Amino acid sequence: MRQSHHKYKNSAAFYDVDGTLIRINIVHAFAYYARRQPSLIESAKRTLMTAASVPVFWAADKVSRKWFNEIFYRGYEGASEDRLVMLAEELFEDVIKPNIYPRTRDLIEESRRAGCRQVIVSGALDFTLRPLAKYLEVDELIANRLEFVDGYATGKLRKPFIAGATKAEIMRDYARRHDLDLAASWAYTDSFSDFPMLAVVGHPTAVNPDLRLRSIARSYDWPVLDLDQAA
Amino acid sequence: MRAIRPRTRPQSREHVVTIDTDSAPRILFSGENFLLEDLPVGTRVIYPKRPLTGVANPAAAIRYALNHPENMEPLHALLRPGMKVTVAIDDISMPLPVMRTPDVRQLVLEIVCEMLADHGVDDVHLIIALALHRRMTDAEIKRMVGPKIWNEYWPERLYNHDACDPDGMIVVGKTRHGELVELNRRAAESDLVIYVNLNFVPMNGGHKSMGVGLCGYESLKAHHTPKAIVDSNSYMNPPDSAIGHSMNRQGKVIEQAIKVFHIETVLNNRSFDGPLEFLMKNEDDFTESDRLKFSAMKWALDKLPFAARREIFMRTPAAYELIACYAGSCEPVHDKTVTKSFEQYAVEIEGQADILITGIPYVSPYNVNSKALNPLLVQVMALGYYYHMYRRQPVLRDGGVLIITHPCSDKFDPVHHPSYIEFFNRLLPETRDAYVLEQKYQDEFAYNPSYVEMYRRGNAYHGAHPFYMWYWGQRGREKVSRVICVGADNATAPELMGWETADSLAEAIAMARTTMGRSAQITMLHHPPIVISDVM
Repeated sequence: MRQSHHKYKNSAAFYDVDGTLIRINIVHAFAYYARRQPSLIESAKRTLMTAASVPVFWAADKVSRKWFNEIFYRGYEGASEDRLVMLAEELFEDVIKPNIYPRTRDLIEESRRAGCRQVIVSGALDFTLRPLAKYLEVDELIANRLEFVDGYATGKLRKPFIAGATKAEIMRDYARRHDLDLAASWAYTDSFSDFPMLAVVGHPTAVNPDLRLRSIARSYDWPVLDLDQAA
Repeated sequence: MRAIRPRTRPQSREHVVTIDTDSAPRILFSGENFLLEDLPVGTRVIYPKRPLTGVANPAAAIRYALNHPENMEPLHALLRPGMKVTVAIDDISMPLPVMRTPDVRQLVLEIVCEMLADHGVDDVHLIIALALHRRMTDAEIKRMVGPKIWNEYWPERLYNHDACDPDGMIVVGKTRHGELVELNRRAAESDLVIYVNLNFVPMNGGHKSMGVGLCGYESLKAHHTPKAIVDSNSYMNPPDSAIGHSMNRQGKVIEQAIKVFHIETVLNNRSFDGPLEFLMKNEDDFTESDRLKFSAMKWALDKLPFAARREIFMRTPAAYELIACYAGSCEPVHDKTVTKSFEQYAVEIEGQADILITGIPYVSPYNVNSKALNPLLVQVMALGYYYHMYRRQPVLRDGGVLIITHPCSDKFDPVHHPSYIEFFNRLLPETRDAYVLEQKYQDEFAYNPSYVEMYRRGNAYHGAHPFYMWYWGQRGREKVSRVICVGADNATAPELMGWETADSLAEAIAMARTTMGRSAQITMLHHPPIVISDVM
């Protein structure tokens, strides 16, 4: 008996990615690109620079996600779009796929079976997430986009920056356009910085949460999922 | 702390004791601690029966049952090489507290699996028949089935039932009442199903084993409803249980489609032994040693933090013994089981009570190894199980007052009971009407993908489970005029459930008397161990 309970016809499930569906984050992707340079010397140089920048990224992220984006994405300046897209496939196979949490696909499958539209809302770069979105068979990918001029990255993000409160705004907008009921929708994230995306849906769910989000989830009686625990 | 006074009255092992001026105070469970309370003169205290003597050789008793079944050929005669067999096993929700190893299910499984191997039956799966209960952890399964079965079958051939697996469930049919019957696909497609039951209360076993243990959410909807609970007088007495009748109808549909060999085991009520044996005794019969042991335990429990107290109780298994094993066809087997079960639990009492007092312990069928007995489970113990522990007519008369002792803390286990948290904090403030909750919210919770995921791959109870807990108390809620919770550490949780609170038992009794009058008949149920009252 194949059960297909489409109980939630006007609902969506919004997923953050880094730390929520996969173990790694955008810095891993950045480091991967840094290692994949045409020459060994350039690879070594970029890798060292990335390693040296990690504390700066961390500090910037603590202060403001906007600052972090400005500093972090500058590292992509001069990279060709073709190359980034091509490397994204390798990035997925080599780095992202082995780091998908064991129960990620199951959660998405349960949500799809319930009839929810599957939407990724991530601050990572769209081209790095496209293979993942395809692999997980989600309906929509909303992610940050790099600005390219003549096929080369300028090191800036196209607006709107997808982070924090903007995620909530994008979700509201998305729900309006697709006639979805946010009160009957789900949001999944691991980080307190995504509190706004949890706050706008009727069914917020903390996934592998950091300490602060775990505490908030307890206070608000939100369910806490651990996708890292094999069934 | 007051001491229990020495016995001055010659009352020895009477199941119904009437409190006199010189009676000792009574011990009541209150979560992970005890209360020691003087009861008003004239209060009737109902004690469980003394544990029946366990069978001398449990393995022999089990083998005898398999070879001399009711209305069926012996198990060995049903086996042939190459056949497909599924062994379904009752889950950890019974007995309470968990029993010492070897668990009686281990004893049965070792004999059954050996017999299967001897007859060339290799295609054998062992499934924990948990319905919508939480998945048992690996450690819990290993403890329950024992190392031999564990090493041979886990994980490919020993696993938890999954009621939400779209590929793992199958519709077997419908009853003449239109009740859907879903079943675990592996069991439904087997040549033979062997059900290993552990019968702890009369409502368990029989057609409930297959009909509920291996079913899905949609088929549970047939009887897990507020109406079915209200129509059950009581659900602990199978002939008067509307839920039981519905399960029987579903079970018969299953038995028509699949050959099922039922093995039912009955345990005695030896919940406490060794240093805790005094908890089984009438307080008037306490020796000096019993009084000292209780005082020491109470002193220690008062000093310990909640988590430590809980750990102590959860890690103290009970010394239950097998008192009977029956096998064969469902109904004749279960009839014998229920008869034996009542032989252990039933206590005859005269007349109903106006005020019923009962202590709520730390454990229920749904919080074994959980972090707390959450308020919804306190409610199911009070208005569900304890209210329904009767035959003929309830111990507490309609319109009577129920007094319970429990801290009723706002504590939930987020791993085992995530949907309970939402139910309690989001739905109960809106309405306590079980019928409205059922219509408006049950499906929403049941199909909530987060809860489905937590049930299927975590260790959470199904999203619909808190609704059942609330329905379980529906008859009690409708029949009882007031529920007063003594010793609650907060007012919010009891209030959300429509209960009042009192700081002491004396205060609660005074409150109850304002409704029931000064001459109200007061009865105390001395749980645990389980006692089922035959109210004449």
